[in-house]
Amino acid sequence: MAKTHLTMKVNGAEVEGLVEPRTLLVHFIRENLQMTGTHIGCETTHCGACTVDIDGMSVKSCTMFAVQAQGSDITTIEGMANADGTLSALQEGFRMMHGLQCGFCTPGMIMRAHRLLKENPSPSEQEIRMGISGNICRCTGYQNIVKAIQYAAAKINGVEFREAAE
Amino acid sequence: MNDMTPTREQRTAALEGMGCKRKRVEDVRFTQGKGNYVDDVKLPGMLHGDFVRSPHPHARVKSINSEEALKVPGVLAVITAETLKTVNLAWMPTLAGDVQMVLADGKVLFQNQEVAFVVATDRYAADDGVNKVVVEYEPLPPLVDPFKSMDPDAPVLREDLAGKTTGAHGPRKHHNHIFEWKVGDKELTDAAFSKAEVAIKEMISYHRTHPSPLETCQCVCSFDKVKGELTIWGTFQAPHVIRTVVSLIAKLPEQKIHVIAPDIGGGFGNKVGAYPGYICAAVASIVTGKPVKWVEDRIENLTATSFARDYHMTTEIAATRDGKVTGLRVHVLADHGAFDACADPSKWPAGFFNIVTGSYDFPTAHLAVDGVYTNKAPGGVAYRCSFRVTEAAYCIERAMDIMAQKLNMDPAELRLKNFIKPEQFPYHSALGWEYDSGDYHTAMRKMMETTGYAALRKEQAEKREAFRRGETREIMGLGVSFFTEIVGAGPSKNCDILGIAMFDSCEIRMHPTGAGIARMGTKSQGQGHETTWAQIIATEIGIPADNIQVEEGNTDTAPYGLGTYGSRSTPVAGAAIAMAARKIKAKAQMIAAYKLEVHEDDLEWDIDGFRVKGLPERTMSMKDICWAAYNSVPPGMEPGLEAVSYYDPPNMTYPFGAYLCVMDIDVDTGVYKVRRFYALDDCGTRINPMIIEGQVHGGLTEAFAIAMGQEIRYDDDGNVVTGSFMDFFMPTAVETPHWETDFTVTPSPHHPIGAKGVGESPNVGGVPAFSNAVNDAFSFLGATHIQMPHDYWRNWKAAKDLGAVA
Repeated sequence: MAKTHLTMKVNGAEVEGLVEPRTLLVHFIRENLQMTGTHIGCETTHCGACTVDIDGMSVKSCTMFAVQAQGSDITTIEGMANADGTLSALQEGFRMMHGLQCGFCTPGMIMRAHRLLKENPSPSEQEIRMGISGNICRCTGYQNIVKAIQYAAAKINGVEFREAAE
Repeated sequence: MNDMTPTREQRTAALEGMGCKRKRVEDVRFTQGKGNYVDDVKLPGMLHGDFVRSPHPHARVKSINSEEALKVPGVLAVITAETLKTVNLAWMPTLAGDVQMVLADGKVLFQNQEVAFVVATDRYAADDGVNKVVVEYEPLPPLVDPFKSMDPDAPVLREDLAGKTTGAHGPRKHHNHIFEWKVGDKELTDAAFSKAEVAIKEMISYHRTHPSPLETCQCVCSFDKVKGELTIWGTFQAPHVIRTVVSLIAKLPEQKIHVIAPDIGGGFGNKVGAYPGYICAAVASIVTGKPVKWVEDRIENLTATSFARDYHMTTEIAATRDGKVTGLRVHVLADHGAFDACADPSKWPAGFFNIVTGSYDFPTAHLAVDGVYTNKAPGGVAYRCSFRVTEAAYCIERAMDIMAQKLNMDPAELRLKNFIKPEQFPYHSALGWEYDSGDYHTAMRKMMETTGYAALRKEQAEKREAFRRGETREIMGLGVSFFTEIVGAGPSKNCDILGIAMFDSCEIRMHPTGAGIARMGTKSQGQGHETTWAQIIATEIGIPADNIQVEEGNTDTAPYGLGTYGSRSTPVAGAAIAMAARKIKAKAQMIAAYKLEVHEDDLEWDIDGFRVKGLPERTMSMKDICWAAYNSVPPGMEPGLEAVSYYDPPNMTYPFGAYLCVMDIDVDTGVYKVRRFYALDDCGTRINPMIIEGQVHGGLTEAFAIAMGQEIRYDDDGNVVTGSFMDFFMPTAVETPHWETDFTVTPSPHHPIGAKGVGESPNVGGVPAFSNAVNDAFSFLGATHIQMPHDYWRNWKAAKDLGAVA
């Protein structure tokens, strides 16, 4: 099958590759770019484990062709830590609030939360729950994920984080 | 003492030992996308395998033509049952003593059964090849309803068993019958029923569902022809068992097989068994000489590897008029699908379903389970459950509510009246278990007080009156559930898998600088073992948890263990960890005595080291002992500081809990709202409260899913109609209720640290709480038992059938 030459920016670096038109973006990221933090959970856009950030939008990369991302600016979980290598507010929030267990949904969940907080820096619990409803977690029951995002929002906004009473 | 000397509290806190909400060490890599899951394993020259699957639930396979598939660029091989027969692997043994086709051998017995395995240079080419394999089928009548499986004219499913009147668990009554398992005293139980003042009888179904971890089942097999060695990276909850099984069925020497379970993206029972994908990838690697990866997609996961439940439980309780239970009689029809591939300890065809007497003092009970074949996927795994305990808890908890309704008694009151009393422990149940410990009354009362149970009942009564007056269309249900689990399989006297006793193990090696590495036979799939196992060691030997590296999942380095499922890790491996640590401590004491020039008996343990009794300033820290172990041990003692423990538990552990679900249902739409969910768990000693709470949240969410909609359903023609996340209910953050957690602590008397296991309790106790809430809501309209799952449509249907909606 004829291949298409692809260039895009991933986590701030220019990358290129040759792909078949049918190659899914998630496979390009995982196989060609060898960035395996973006996961595949369902291949039908339901679970969100493959969520990446493309040109300022959360996108499920399992149902987008790599060629559709030609020239775009992509951020994956590998690009989420602070420049000095420390955990970002969201990553730290997930750890501090026990917002993950097996870790498989976590990259997609963090990528989605990242965009959510850009769109709405101080979301309510209901806004967070609605905002991450395209991402399935099988382990945590979401309660601590909500707290993790609240923790990150507080930290980013420079306010004290207070856990809601149980 | 100067001001810089840490206090005892500071020294204890510095260890981050048991009881501490230690943050997880795993999270540093997982939050950065640096986990290493099976699909992340990429080897040079690696090939990819994909299955041709049957569209038919029951058909004869007339021919398989691979000619066109082999012309597809990138396709290297198409493996069929005929290929596998050359290496005697067309069929494989199951953990339940049955055999299962690896690839269709003459016929197919369930939709999406594996028919051929296409091997290609990448996953796209493999998929192209799959589309080009031509299979000619002759459809046969499908058998979908387990209640019709033993009809005289039911189609013969398993032709390979023709003439076999005895299976792995005794006589077979019919060509589609697998086993009958009977426990208890039938005569005494029948007598209790004939004398009963009150009795209830209900067929309570626990529908077929699926564990569906977010990462599907997958493996990479790499055979080195020169060394004759097979390395398998796989999503294995029990890596050592996989190694032994592969050795036995592939006739490879066990030392030449290296099984590695890297990070696992959730298991919930799905990743215990051996699946055709593993065998095919291994054979493909042997045939091609290259590494072969097999990664299941979601549809394959839901439809082919390991369903759970599918138990149909005809349940009877006998009682006195004032509500004292006098007998329990249960018959289960168990739908096992096309092959009996249950992942239970070998001697237990229905797992530990005989825990079905629950938390109640039944003087007598009788249980019979009939397992049958149908044209459905094989499995019967313990989905966040210790071997059919979930089914048992649902059965008894639903039945107790039905009895309470019949007696016009409050369900909580009926339970309190029949609980095993604290002084009865260790308690011998009518169906053969010895419950180690419990304090049910305290837990139940705490639940009732904390939730304001009496006030909620009052509110419910008022709402019912308002409903009757036509002032509201909303009904309210209170779902009480009090479960007793049986976990920690298990004692070698009654638990084995294929003849291997279900012990577990730990090896600890301390390094000179006061750090160490510990390896176990278990395998975390999200439970946080790397964090909690180090906490046990920290408390036992006084070395900070941060200085203990925990490693699991590599069969070359970890001691043999039976893996992680059935909430067995803490009861079994957790005990092994404490015992290995105590061996370290015992040797450390000898070294300390030598260095401090006192007798061992003159030393006492103090948080992080030894001190001389009566001379608290004469101390030696464990850190210093580690150093001494490598340069100045007592004469005659071997240097070094390491220990191994293999722990064969003397008994199971019996976690319990009291749950309450408060639910409102709109009868006109069937839409429910979980207003409140309270879960009190008693898992004995608590190692890491943060992780326990997380486990409870997760288990409750899975219970919510199962009770309220999650189902693997087949239509009358044998087609799976819930084969993707579109149709298979996966709650998101929006549907998932808020969870309130609480606890009591009743340590296990026989476990070295008193811990009991918790991962599965919330699923076991949660499902009956949800279902009882729905049933309780509808009870005043005349319902006795409404089958799960309770989705909006079924709730509306229930209201309609009861005449509550026009």
